[in-house]
Amino acid sequence: MASCSIEDVLAKAEKDEAEKLKSITVQKDLDLEFDPGHLLAFDKNRIDTREFKGNNREDLLRSLARENTQLLINELWKLPTERVKDVIVAKLPEPTTPLPREKPPPKPKPPTKWEQFAKLKGIQKKKKTNLVWDEVHKEWKRRWGYKRAKDDTKEWLIEVPENADPKEDQFAKKNMAKKERVAKNEFNRLKNIARAQKIKVPGMGLAPTSRQSKSELAQAASVAKISNASVGKFQENLPKEKTPRNTGKRRKFQPVIGDFSGERQKQLDLLKLMGSKKPRLDITKAVNKQMREEDMDSSEKKKKGPGKKGRKGNMSGKGKGNFKGRAGGKGKVPKGKGRKPPTKQGKR
Amino acid sequence: MTHSDGIVRPKTKRSKRFLESRAPKLIENFKNGMIIKGGNTSETVTQALKDVYALKKPGAVLYKKKNIVRPFEDSTALEFFSKKSDCSLFLFGSHNKKRPHNLIFGRMFDFHVLDMFELGIEKFVSLKDVKKDKCPEGTKPMLVFAGELFDTDNEHKRLRNVLTDFFCGPRVSAVRLAGLEHVLHFTALDDKIYMRSYKVLLKKSGCRTPRIELEEIGPSFDFVMRRSHMASDDLFRSAHRRPKGVKPKKKKNISHDAFGTRLGRIHMQKQNLDKLQTRKMKGLKKRKGEITADATSPKLPRTDE
Repeated sequence: MASCSIEDVLAKAEKDEAEKLKSITVQKDLDLEFDPGHLLAFDKNRIDTREFKGNNREDLLRSLARENTQLLINELWKLPTERVKDVIVAKLPEPTTPLPREKPPPKPKPPTKWEQFAKLKGIQKKKKTNLVWDEVHKEWKRRWGYKRAKDDTKEWLIEVPENADPKEDQFAKKNMAKKERVAKNEFNRLKNIARAQKIKVPGMGLAPTSRQSKSELAQAASVAKISNASVGKFQENLPKEKTPRNTGKRRKFQPVIGDFSGERQKQLDLLKLMGSKKPRLDITKAVNKQMREEDMDSSEKKKKGPGKKGRKGNMSGKGKGNFKGRAGGKGKVPKGKGRKPPTKQGKR
Repeated sequence: MTHSDGIVRPKTKRSKRFLESRAPKLIENFKNGMIIKGGNTSETVTQALKDVYALKKPGAVLYKKKNIVRPFEDSTALEFFSKKSDCSLFLFGSHNKKRPHNLIFGRMFDFHVLDMFELGIEKFVSLKDVKKDKCPEGTKPMLVFAGELFDTDNEHKRLRNVLTDFFCGPRVSAVRLAGLEHVLHFTALDDKIYMRSYKVLLKKSGCRTPRIELEEIGPSFDFVMRRSHMASDDLFRSAHRRPKGVKPKKKKNISHDAFGTRLGRIHMQKQNLDKLQTRKMKGLKKRKGEITADATSPKLPRTDE
């Protein structure tokens, strides 16, 4: 008797459970694929097209949506939850659908000249305090910037050193020196960037500076002379100008017997280069560059073309519509991996 | 401005932050979308663009002016816009006799077009035509895709990826369970795609998981697939390439079994079993001269050492 009642109780309990779960269970042929990280569900089941063509399309879609959403909610309720400020929150896992990135991952920047030197010498960066104690004003002041501790510009008295000209303006000299330091710093910064991006910087004497010495001007003149197709061979001399004979690169040769391992490495590298099948010219990159230039040319022409037909004021003249692609894309070589050229659309 | 990022230095902290947010990063920002009108747009298309903008706010910009652009022929204008507004997703709407009520969903990689899908609107019910209470702006929607076409056909697979990218909200680590109010349902059937947007009502059921009732709000579209431009496989793969810092480092030699206990592996060097130090059983030690005694009567080893 007791066993019957136990069985009955168990059966009843099971039935109750089933009743409870009836409202949230959904019958499907194939299980759905879930991506809780993106709150995504994908239903692969076949949809009956015959039912669809009737009038109750919206109802069918709605019931389908209800079932799928119910399954997704069931899945989401299985996630671990926690309480954050009297709100129940479910922790989402990492999303599984792979979505492409917006931009390529950042490239590591090559070290600057100072960074290379510091690495070589083992110089560590020392952390400096923000504030420095100023004895004169007896308070803590900034190390640099507005109202700094030792402010050179606020000096009202500069002693003239013994070997300097007494009529020279020391204040002006100080200002000039500061400007020169700033300019030198800027120049070095730009050189670092140019080295990082491998852009060629114009050589000495060609970039105009304020005061050029005789030698700099002479160098600039000689460089200008050889900058034509025949390398200055047929260029006539100015009156009183002498043709310089000892120009040209001085070739430095390695000593005949010296660095054995270096020489060995060089020979092996040469052999490897000769033996490799990789072509020196990256065809895809070259083709892409060519295609992009052609596209830009053709778009320029198209821009001019419709304009001539006189569209009444619909000419995209204001801000957003105006295409000034040249400004942005002028010096830009397509970075990134060599892409295959995009396929032209066949169907129009 | 971005390609001369070293040369033009930002003068204020605010501009520096702005440039840094636009620079390529290990873990990227949420993708923004730009919604552009074409040379000629119909009433349906403008309303559709406004509705999608409402769905995708605040991660979207709606351009008010018309732009005479043909994305499938020349995408340089779109690329320029995306560079200016730092948006990698776009939606372009246009209308002409050949392609009425046209929407082009697309995305970019490195400011060049990756994928584009042209969908024509056949039926459209706008947000303002449905007079019901809507969800608040910016709720992360649940996305459901139905139909085996989304799994079998390559174009539909890619379209599913693009739509996920477009409509999924910002990446969050946790979500409030009561706040799951919005669901977007896409059904693919016979070359048509039906998009419906519902508000989710969580009703009491007997157990912890609630029962769902749906109420239709929001725009509903009946799309038909027209042209598409998919990225080549290697470009698609290079767009997915993750830098080394992002991948979680796998801890070696640690595993979990079915019960959740942590198991570890230790790798030992080869041990010389002859020279192994074991417990000393002095009783078993061979003594000199006691050969026969050992053979006949082995002494019992003492166990309590």
